[in-house]
Amino acid sequence: MSLAKRIIPCLDVADGRVVKGVQFESLRDAGDPVEAARRYNDEGADELTFLDISASHEGRETLLHMVEQVAEQVFIPLTVGGGIRAISDVRRLLNAGADKVSINTAAVHEPDLIKEIADSVGAQCVVVAIDARRVSALGEPLRWEIFTHGGRKPTGLDAVEWAQRMACYGAGELLVTSMDRDGTKLGFDLDLTRAIADSVPVPVIASGGVGSLDDLTAGIVQGHADAVLAASIFHFGTHRISEAKANMAAAGIEVRA
Amino acid sequence: MAGSIAIVDYGMGNLRSVAKAIEHVAPLGTQVLITDNPAEILNADRVVFPGQGAAGDCMTALSARELLAPLAEAAQTRPFLGICMGMQVMLDHSEENGGVHLLGWFKGAVRRFPAGRDAQGLALKIPQMGWNQIKQIRPHPLWRGVADLSRFYFVHSYYCAPEDESLPVGTTDYGIGYASALAQGSVFAIQSHPEKSAEDGLQVLKNFTRWDGRPD
Repeated sequence: MSLAKRIIPCLDVADGRVVKGVQFESLRDAGDPVEAARRYNDEGADELTFLDISASHEGRETLLHMVEQVAEQVFIPLTVGGGIRAISDVRRLLNAGADKVSINTAAVHEPDLIKEIADSVGAQCVVVAIDARRVSALGEPLRWEIFTHGGRKPTGLDAVEWAQRMACYGAGELLVTSMDRDGTKLGFDLDLTRAIADSVPVPVIASGGVGSLDDLTAGIVQGHADAVLAASIFHFGTHRISEAKANMAAAGIEVRA
Repeated sequence: MAGSIAIVDYGMGNLRSVAKAIEHVAPLGTQVLITDNPAEILNADRVVFPGQGAAGDCMTALSARELLAPLAEAAQTRPFLGICMGMQVMLDHSEENGGVHLLGWFKGAVRRFPAGRDAQGLALKIPQMGWNQIKQIRPHPLWRGVADLSRFYFVHSYYCAPEDESLPVGTTDYGIGYASALAQGSVFAIQSHPEKSAEDGLQVLKNFTRWDGRPD
């Protein structure tokens, strides 16, 4: 009897609709976030993450309505990220029914914002997203740096030090994405995941690069992550969450049935 | 005669999820209201006492809203459900925030999880965040339809250590074994978030909306 490792499907949304296609045969409307959320809940997802990629202000308003609808019908934890700049954004999302907010760029530009948010709504609501790239040359000790703007812009911040600082400022959880691996299906950067997971007291979610069920399992066993996040492997019906859990259980990982 | 359920609002955490989950499972026609008004709380047939955040802030908010006496009265006179921080504040005192006096309904302390190791030998993360099992060490009407050792969603860094061994109705392991559900009279309290614990959590809430407040 112990805490289960978590599997978290991540859905990109824009203007209140799921984009980058969720392709389940049984869904009448693949873009409907409520239907997609319900489907993942039925499959045994431990949490859901929505990443808002709306470019417009109107899109963000629609997001709030979407979060309300999902939270009224799907009773597992919901994390919402994307475009959060201020504590007022956080409050609006939590009031709409989000349980956690994921903050990325704003934390880099204004680290004290994380303190302010954690103090006012509690560390358990605050996920800091860490986008990192490997910057050490071959043969050098491994080193990663924080990048913003979808992994294009270096910040000079060391990823492990940054992770420790964010945990210290009140992040309740860290979402660690390898920008080298994101979209490659080559698996997580397990060295990065482990380097951060072993150096912070808070839970770490591994993200970026999942191409197979074994990649998810490796994120836990070799990456020391507490949870794994993936998008396309689940969206396109390649694998079900139940298969991912069976694969983990076979490796001796405790999962929620 | 579906009755009414008051969800106590004292500014600590988002109550919308709790309200929506209860509306989802309550008998048709049940009136669910989120309120910090003592009269409305004492008029309700059932009371839900949620909570998130720090113990010190919770106690300050409860005092400021003059809810201490009304809550104590409600807990003795009708089905009363404490969730997460709403469970912890029922004890005497907490180690959090350098030491906080709590409601003192039950003897015992709220302590920080000690350093521990998981099955892989890695340091346990604090807060405990995720799905853990509750062992139903005593039968209770709110466990009806919930399998023993079902998993619930937990988020917390402190745990309840009640002195009275007859209080715990559920226990959970996180480095140590601790009381994750308490019950006495018409009070039931649970450390996890049933409103975020999928079917099993909804079942506990459904049971509460139909519970007459008797312990068996």
